[in-house]
Parts: sequence; C-alpha cells; structure tokens
Amino acid sequence: MELFQVQVTMTDLLVIAPELALTGFALVILLMSAFARPERRGFLGYTALLGVVAAMVSLYWGIGVEASAFGGMVRIDPLSFFFKAMILLICLLIVLVSLGYAKREGIGFGEYYVLILFAAVGMMLMASGVNLLIIFLGLEVMSISIYILAGIMRDDTRSVEAAFKYFLLGAFASAFLLYGIALIYASTGTLDLAGIGRVLAEQSWISGRPILITGVALLTVGFGFKLALVPFHMWTPDVYEGAPTSITAFMATGVKAAGFAAFVRVFFYALPSLQAHWTQIMWILAVATMTVGNIIALSQSNIKRMLAYSSIAHAGYILVAFVAGNELGISGILFYLLAYVFMNIGAFTVVILLGKKGEENTLIGDYAGIGYHHPLLALAMAVFMFSLAGVPPTAGFMAKFYVFSAAVKADYYWLAVIGVLNSAVAAYYYLRVLIYMYFREPEREQAIGGFSPAAVLAIIISVWGVLQMGILPSAFLALARQSIQFLL
Amino acid sequence: MIDLVWLIPLFPAVGFLFNGLIGKWLDLDKRVVGSVACTALGLSFLFSILIFFSLLKLPPEARAAVPDKVLFDWIVSGDFKTVIGYKVDPLSIVMALVVSGVSFFIHVYSVGYMHDDPGFTRYFAYLNLFVFMMLTLVLANNFLLMFVGWEGVGLCSYLLIGFWFERDAPANAGKKAFVVNRVGDFGFLLGIFLIFAHLGTVGFNEVFAKAPSLDTATVTLITLMLFVGAAGKSAQIPLYVWLPDAMEGPTPVSSLIHAATMVTSGVYMIARCHLLYSMAPISMAVVAIVGAATALYAASMGLLQFDIKRVLAYSTISQLGYMFLAVGVGAFSAGIFHLMTHAFFKGLLFLGAGSVMHAMSGELDMRKMGGIWKRVPITFLTFLVATLAIAGIPGFSGFFSKDEILWQAFSSNHGHLYLWVVGAVAAGMTAFYMFRLLFVTFLGPCRASEEVKKHIHESPPIMTIPLMVLALLSVIGGYVGIPHILGGRNFFHEFLAPVLGGAPQGTEHAAFSLVRPVFASGGAAVGEGVNMELLLMGVSVAVAIIGICIAFYLYIWKTEVPKRLGERFKTIYTIVFNKYYVDEIYEVCFVNSTKKLGTFLWRRFDDGVVDRSVNLVAELMAWLGSVLRRIQTGYVQSYALGIILGAVIIIIFLIR
Amino acid sequence: MLNTYVPVLFLIGLAVFFAVFAVGVSHLLGPRRVNPVKASPYECGMITLGPTHQAVPIKYYIIAMLFLVFDLEVVFLYPWAIVFRKLGVFGFVEMMIFVFILLIGFIYVWKKGALEWE
Repeated sequence: MELFQVQVTMTDLLVIAPELALTGFALVILLMSAFARPERRGFLGYTALLGVVAAMVSLYWGIGVEASAFGGMVRIDPLSFFFKAMILLICLLIVLVSLGYAKREGIGFGEYYVLILFAAVGMMLMASGVNLLIIFLGLEVMSISIYILAGIMRDDTRSVEAAFKYFLLGAFASAFLLYGIALIYASTGTLDLAGIGRVLAEQSWISGRPILITGVALLTVGFGFKLALVPFHMWTPDVYEGAPTSITAFMATGVKAAGFAAFVRVFFYALPSLQAHWTQIMWILAVATMTVGNIIALSQSNIKRMLAYSSIAHAGYILVAFVAGNELGISGILFYLLAYVFMNIGAFTVVILLGKKGEENTLIGDYAGIGYHHPLLALAMAVFMFSLAGVPPTAGFMAKFYVFSAAVKADYYWLAVIGVLNSAVAAYYYLRVLIYMYFREPEREQAIGGFSPAAVLAIIISVWGVLQMGILPSAFLALARQSIQFLL
Repeated sequence: MIDLVWLIPLFPAVGFLFNGLIGKWLDLDKRVVGSVACTALGLSFLFSILIFFSLLKLPPEARAAVPDKVLFDWIVSGDFKTVIGYKVDPLSIVMALVVSGVSFFIHVYSVGYMHDDPGFTRYFAYLNLFVFMMLTLVLANNFLLMFVGWEGVGLCSYLLIGFWFERDAPANAGKKAFVVNRVGDFGFLLGIFLIFAHLGTVGFNEVFAKAPSLDTATVTLITLMLFVGAAGKSAQIPLYVWLPDAMEGPTPVSSLIHAATMVTSGVYMIARCHLLYSMAPISMAVVAIVGAATALYAASMGLLQFDIKRVLAYSTISQLGYMFLAVGVGAFSAGIFHLMTHAFFKGLLFLGAGSVMHAMSGELDMRKMGGIWKRVPITFLTFLVATLAIAGIPGFSGFFSKDEILWQAFSSNHGHLYLWVVGAVAAGMTAFYMFRLLFVTFLGPCRASEEVKKHIHESPPIMTIPLMVLALLSVIGGYVGIPHILGGRNFFHEFLAPVLGGAPQGTEHAAFSLVRPVFASGGAAVGEGVNMELLLMGVSVAVAIIGICIAFYLYIWKTEVPKRLGERFKTIYTIVFNKYYVDEIYEVCFVNSTKKLGTFLWRRFDDGVVDRSVNLVAELMAWLGSVLRRIQTGYVQSYALGIILGAVIIIIFLIR
Repeated sequence: MLNTYVPVLFLIGLAVFFAVFAVGVSHLLGPRRVNPVKASPYECGMITLGPTHQAVPIKYYIIAMLFLVFDLEVVFLYPWAIVFRKLGVFGFVEMMIFVFILLIGFIYVWKKGALEWE
C-alpha cells in the first residue's frame, strides 16, 4: 500500500523549476515550429531566449537552499545551484550566438532550439541528481539531444559524420557507464549517492571489493568519454570539427560542465572513502589528458580542431584540481569551468562571426590580417586566446593559478610542474592565432558573414567575464568556495 | 557622505570609458566630448569638496581614523589578501582636492587649447584616465592599489607625452619617460615586496600599525626602495632626465601631469609613509640631501634655457626638490603644503606658457618673443602673479610654503644649516630665472617675425578663466598656512596634524642622523628660534629680491651683458647650457652599454642557447604531435578500441 | 567472496576455448580448394539482376520509430490501468501529463508531415 502514497509537494516542483521551465518552453517551441510559417520562424530563437531567462528566474529560489526532492532523487544545494546557474549561462550565451548563426546556416528551425533546451534540462538533471539513475537519465537526455544537434546540418557530410560517430561511441560509452552503475548497485545495494557513501563508510573494506572497484572504473570510463579525457577523447576533434560551431561551443562547455558536476558529485559525495584509489587513476588521466591534448593541438591548422584539442587539455587541468581534492581544488574546478565557459564560448563566437554560409573559414591562414580588418573582433579573440593560454590578467590565468596552487598545497608537486609545463606548451598554439591575426598579411579578402547584435552581446559578456574573473577573481572564488563547503 | 569617496575616482573613470569607447566609436562632437570630460572632473571636484567638509565637521582626532571604504576584495590568495579600498583622511582629501580641482581647471583650459587637434577625443579620454589613476593613487588604502594608480599615471603620462606620436621627438620623449620611470617603479615594487615579506600585509593601516616591530636596517632598506620609486616619478637626481623631455606633450598635459599632480605623487607617497621614514633617519637624510641637491642643480640648469617650457620643467624639478627637502627633514606637512601651492602656481605657469604659445603661433623659444604683454594682458598678469608666487615674494602663496620648508630645513631635528643654505641659494636662482623668463617673454622689444606678430592675440575666455582662477589660488592658497611667527595660524598644518603628526619628531633617532642639527631645538631656545626664524625669512626674501634685481639688470636694463658674460665664462656656460651633459653621459654609460649587452645577449645567448634549446623542444613537440596524430585515424572502430583499452588499463590499475 | 564467481570465469574460459578450438581446428584441418563458384555469396540460385543494395524509403524507418515510441506509451499505460484506482487522482494527473507531452510530440509529427505516405 505504501508504494502508492506518492505525493508531489511544492518543494519538489520548486527544486526542478528551472528544468520544468525549460521543458515547458521547449514543448511550446516545438508546437510553434510545427505551426509557424517558415519565414516567421525567427522568433523561435527569441522564445528560447525567454525560456532560458525564465529558467534563470525560477532558479532564483534556490539561492542558499538545501533541499531534496522526489524522494531524494534530485537535490538543490549550493553545488547544484552553481552548476545549474552555469549551465543556464552557457545556454543563454549559446542561444544568443545561435540567433544569427543558425539563421545564416539555415538550421534555425524550432528543433534546433528545442534540442538545446532539452540538452540543458539533461545537464541540469546531471548537476542536481543525487541518484545514479537520475544522473544517467540526465546524461542520456543531454547526449541524445546533442547527437542530433551535432548532425543538424543535414546537407553537410562532416556534420552528419560527426553526429554518427558521436552517437555510436556515445552509446558505447553509455553502456560502460550503465554497467558501472549496475556494478556499484550490486556491491552496495543502493543507487543513492549518500547511501553509497554511507555503505562504504561503514564497511571496512580494503581492496576486497573488485566488483565495486570495477564499477568505479567503468563509471570513470563513462564520464571520461563525455569529458573527453585521454584515452576516451578520440571522438572529440572529429565531432567538434564537424558539428555546427555553436553546438561545438555548447559541447565544449555545457557537456563538460554537466559532466564535471556529476563527476564531482559522485566522487566527492559518494566515493570519498575510495579517494586513495581513484586519485592515482585521476593523476594518470590528468597527465595524459593535458599532455596529449596540448601536444596534438600544436600541429593543428584548423581552429575548430585546435580548440577541440585545447578543450581536451583544459579538462586535464581541471582534473589536476580534481586530484588535489582539497577545498581550493574543488572550488578551483568550479572556478576553472566558469572561466572556461567565458573564454571558450567567446572564442567560438569569434570563429562563428568570421565565417560565412557554407564557408567556415576555420583554417588558421584565414585569420591572417584580421587584426587590421576587424580590430575589435580580433581584440576580443586576443583576450580569449590570452585567457586560454593562461596569461594574466585574464580568467584563464587565475583559474590555472588556483588549480596549480591546489595541487601544490596537496603535495602533488609533479602534477603541478607537468601542468605548468603543459600550459607553456599550450601558449604556442594560442599565440600563433594572434601572430596570424596581427602579423600576417591576409591571403585573400575577408568578409564577415554578417554581424548579429546578439553574438556581439555574447562576446561582450564573455570578454567581461574573462576580465572580471581575471582582475577581480575573489568574488568568484568565494562563490565557488561557498558552493562546495558542504562537501568537506 | 564620506562613504561616497569611491565616487571621486568613479566620475573620471566613467568619463574615460565614455570618451574612449563611445566617443571614439560614434565620432562624437567635440562639444560633447569636452563637456563630458569636464563634467566628470567637476563632479569629482564637487564630491572632494563635500567630503572635505564632512571631514572637517569631525573632531580633529577622528579625522585620521575614518574607517577605510572597502569596495571589495581584490586579490585573495592563501594568506595574502588585498582589497580595493579608499582611505579618507586629511592627507588624502587634501591631495584629492588638489588633484581634482587643478585637473578640473586644466580640463576646461584644454577644451580651448586642444580645440583644433584631430586627436581631441583621444586626448580627453587619456586625460580622464589619468585623473582616475591619480585619484586612485592618492585615495588608495593599500600599497598595491597605490601601485596600480602609480603605474596607471605613468602609462597616461607616456601616452600623453607621446600624444603627437607622428613626430619623433614626442614618441622618443614618451619612451624615455617610460623607461626611466621603470627604474623607479622597480624600486617602489621592491619596497612593497619588502613590506609584504616583513609584515605580511600591504594595507596602510596594518602596515603602519605593525611598523614599530621592524628593525632599523629593514625600515631603512624599505624606505630607500620606496624613495627610489619616488625619485623616478618625481624626477629627482639621478632620475630627473625624463621630465624636461616630457615637455614634448601638449602644454596642458605638462601643466597637469608634469607639474601639478603626477610628479608630486612621490612626495605624497613619502608623506603617506612618514611613519616608516621617521623610523629611518638615514633614509630621511638621503631624501633631504637628494631633495636639496636637486633643488639647486635643477635651478642652475634653468638659468640658461631659452625654451620656456624647459625652463618651467627645470623649475618643476627644482621645486620638487624643495618638497623632498621638506619631507626629508621631517616637515611632512610643509612638503604637502608646498605641493599644493606649487600645483597652483606651476599649473598656472604652464597654462600661461600654453597661452603664450597660442598667441605666438606655437613658438617656444623666448628669444623670439618679447614685448607681448600688451597684446596678452590676462596671460601676462596671471603669469606675473605665478612668477611672484614661485619666487617667494611675501604675500603670495609660494612665500608661505617655501619659507616654511626653509625654516624647517634649518631648525628641524633632521635639518642642517647647509640644507638651508642650498635651499636659499636655489630660491635666489628660482627668482632669477623666473623673472628672466617673464622679462624676456613679455617685456622688452618684440623679436618675433612679422608673420607671427600679426597673429598675436589673447586666448579665448575658456582658457583665460582657468588662468584667472589659478592666479587667485596662487595668491590666497598660502593663507591657509601662515607661519605662527607672522601672527597667523597654520590651519593647513593643524588640519594635517592628525595624520602627519605635529612638528617633526623622532628625537631618539636624531642621534643617528647623518646631518646633525646645528641648532638645538630644546625648549630653552624657543625665543632665540623666533628671532632666528624671522632672520632667515628675511634672508630668503632678500635673496629672492636680489635674484629678481639681477634678472632685471641683465634682461631689461643691460641686455647686452648676458652675452658678454656667456663669452667670458664660456666653459661653465656651455656645460650648464647643455644641462651638464647628463643626457649624454647617461647615453654613454647606461643606454649604450645596455644596448651592447642586449645585442650580445641577443646574438650569443638568446639565439645561440635559448632559441636553440627552445627550437629543439618545439621540434620535439611537433614530432610527438605528428606521431600522436596518427592515432587519430578517423575510424570509429579504433576510437572504440581506445575506449576499451583505457577501460582495461583503469580496471587493471584499480584492482591491482 | 570472489570464489562464487569462479564457475562463471570457468564457463567463460570454456566458451572462449570452444569457439577458438572449433574455428581453429577446422581452419587447420579442413581442405581448401577455392574456385569462383565457391567464393560467390550464393552458391546456388540465380545470379541477381541489377543492384542489390536498393535504398529502402526512409518513411519505413520513420514510421517504425514512431510506432516504437507510441507503442511504448501504450505499454506504459497497462500497468497504470491496473493500479488506476489505488493511485487515485494524483496518478491520473501524472499520467495525463505524460500523455500530454507525447500528444505534443504526436501533433508535431503529424504537422511536420511524417505520417504522410506520399
């Protein structure tokens, strides 16, 4: 009988209010896109924008709140609040960027925005889920939306290839994740993260639980795929290059943010008692991810591909903080991700603005002389490149600074050294873009595919974020610290 | 009200952003740009006044203890924390008043002066940025923020000196200023590092509270380092060389940055750190000696220059020397007092020079002027007032501040008879070269070409009104600090006393002083002191008048004499005229040898060792990259294989 | 703890062994005489006329997928129907929301013309 005493309280609804808002708007846009005449589809993007703003407003309730909902399946607490806010910010920027881009590339039909919103719902579920099943569900909602988004340029073979590769490998990796969840359930008897944590804390198990450990390993593989950690990264360049650029930015930031949200939640919430085991793995993954990402990025001549490898490397830096695992480290993850959101979306937006319909202009040679023809755009790109390279006074510098200091503080000197060496290597390929922009004569006449004011707004927001976080980082760091206090 | 202090620097910042971004972008009308810039400054000035009065309402002892207005945390890293915060106390508010007030009038003047310049918008953007940085410097509540302002004003100075960068001379002058200032900034930065290393904080309140725990050697080192910074920014020996060249910038810039405000920031910084300096008598002595030497040395170089702006530049250096002399003998409030009056009259002198240039079609050489006073009456009269003030003629502001400095140089615990003598001689020289300038420029026969003569005209009101306001201030500015001996009340001194303390202190350190006071300042000698003060005052006034008389004799009465004297003492004349060849000596000693070292390092070390090894690493990396790239086959199967291999490795590693 | 899995491991080993053994032995022992007829995909029957890889209209797939989606909806309705009374109003509202969302999807599909055959 008790099974049926299901009640949905107001709190439950408030906790998932942003998800509900996004879902509602997504459905409305879906209907609108079905009924609207093709020439009047322009407002669909603005509706999506409205939806994101509505979700942001509904998130406002969650400030400083700690509450569980739906029988402890999802939770709002400072950590999930931070990530949800970040995901909505990403979503906002991406929709802003898309307003012009999607129209230009002829992909601006309703489904595009619907899928972005659905993906964001999935991401937010990953960030707020405290049950492995919910996390998995969120991951799948997100992934399936993104598979389609990656291939939404149906006439472009590379886009289709990207989508197909991503789908196949994503399904493959999801299986790993699901199997890992199953094994963890098998050994602990619960899917609830707090419950897993309790079980592990109670039982004095040393290395006698291969099933659990295998589960953790498979979980790592599953997440590692979404986060594009080496050696699960190989899909990244192909997919990032082929997908529409706005979606590439979305994947590089949104999927990573959500992935790290779940990663942090699972490992520091449910599996802290295994920390001694998984830190070694993370150490290796961090080093491999940073190094491989950076080294291959060196020899790329396509900016999108270069940024894809760079995003792999950045995931490696974040893992450094993950390994450190101290207060500064975990808050460093959040700080880094936020900084990365600004600089990466900003850089991709510049890439978008420099392209034309059917002509992406993503080869580095296409950037020659941009500094003279489009000084402001080039300046913004320079800021993002400096930030990605980790040059003060930008967000990227402060983020790296916090991450590496966390590693030093936790006595991972070698990791910090490798990280610093890596960022030195990385500076080469970021600054190369600058050299092309400012010191090379353009090979041919460059025309911009049409400025969209919304994309310019996105760039302005990103530049602001990069500089604000770089010059006055303490407010952001304080925010990140508050967000993870309860984990410690 | 005091809490609104952050508005003072905010207005110029907004003005800068508006003019620098929107103004340039939209190509706004000059009237809009000019009024935005001036309004920003006007508001800033207004708020400085309001805050000044609310500070005045507080009882004296509370004025120095107003809590800092902390806007937000700036940098937090481990134990290190510093904030963006503003400090309101009598010292900073006096500085804010001087800076925003003088800046305001100079902005107004600039609207007229720069009216036909194509870089009008850029000019005002820079100028607003400068004021923002300067106000940040004086209002900062910690060393780091002060340093930001310090660097910021340096940057603006560089940008404005090289404002007409199409020509070589301004561009080079800008570069020179920048490089020389770097030397000073390096010292300043070292000083800040030392403070942080020993006290663990850079906030003024905390540093000065903890300062007594430092030992004398450390404090001496810190204060000397800070002084290096001050000497760079305030153009003291040996780092003064950039200031005369800085005159390549627009004249209002010379007036604002290189006379009234930025160059005095070194004095302000030392006054701000007076607690540290009082603990380090050796540093005090160094400051005083360098100040006195600069005062004399720069004045001597001013004697023979013909470029009116250069004369004023050397005069500025010399007057800054006075200020350092003052703070060096522990008379901090006298130094700040002179800083203020100097801002008025030297700002006015430069603006007057600008007005003359305006009249003379851009001519700077005073040999090609003369007799123009009737055509530019307002400029002439205001210039005269300023000249009287700088010469230290009783009744004008310069008299009060300079006299106080000279008296303190003699009587304070850190003072010395020789310091006074040097100061007095320099005062005589000042009177001489200033009146020489006045006589040659405005009186006598006109030596300008006919073409120029036709165009001589008074400047428009927008330029003459600031001249008149500053002239008024140059007169009355001194009456806030009338020496006791003349039956006045030194309001200025009293106002600053909560921050800077009463009369120069530090008797226990005096024993270590390099320059021993010849004049005991014990209670028994007070009566004698009064007489002495009057006597010295009389002497310094007399010296000034003698200087004026000589100038009159040489340049009005017997105008052929200077030439004969020049031939008679040819060697000395040439040396002084060529500014003691210091620029050339620096060129040979530092610039050339640095260049040579640079070339050597570049060719041998950089190309040979560093580049080669970097290239090697780069090639290695590129090779690695191309190898790793081959893994990237593009086949989904191999990617999946990668995932499986990774999974297997992780499982093996974990289970092991 | 691990011991319980030993039989499983044993079984896996056996299975792998058998597969490898069977294929390997036939590979080693079997006589190989290749001729064109043997190598053709179908040793018997007729040679195909025209291209064999004919595209199947995409509509088949779309209809199949849509069928799957809405079929699952129906499958989900059965258990709900069984406990309908016990769930009460709450269960009814919940299910209506579920159906409503799918209804929107249905309208979308319809309007987009995915159900048109021609």
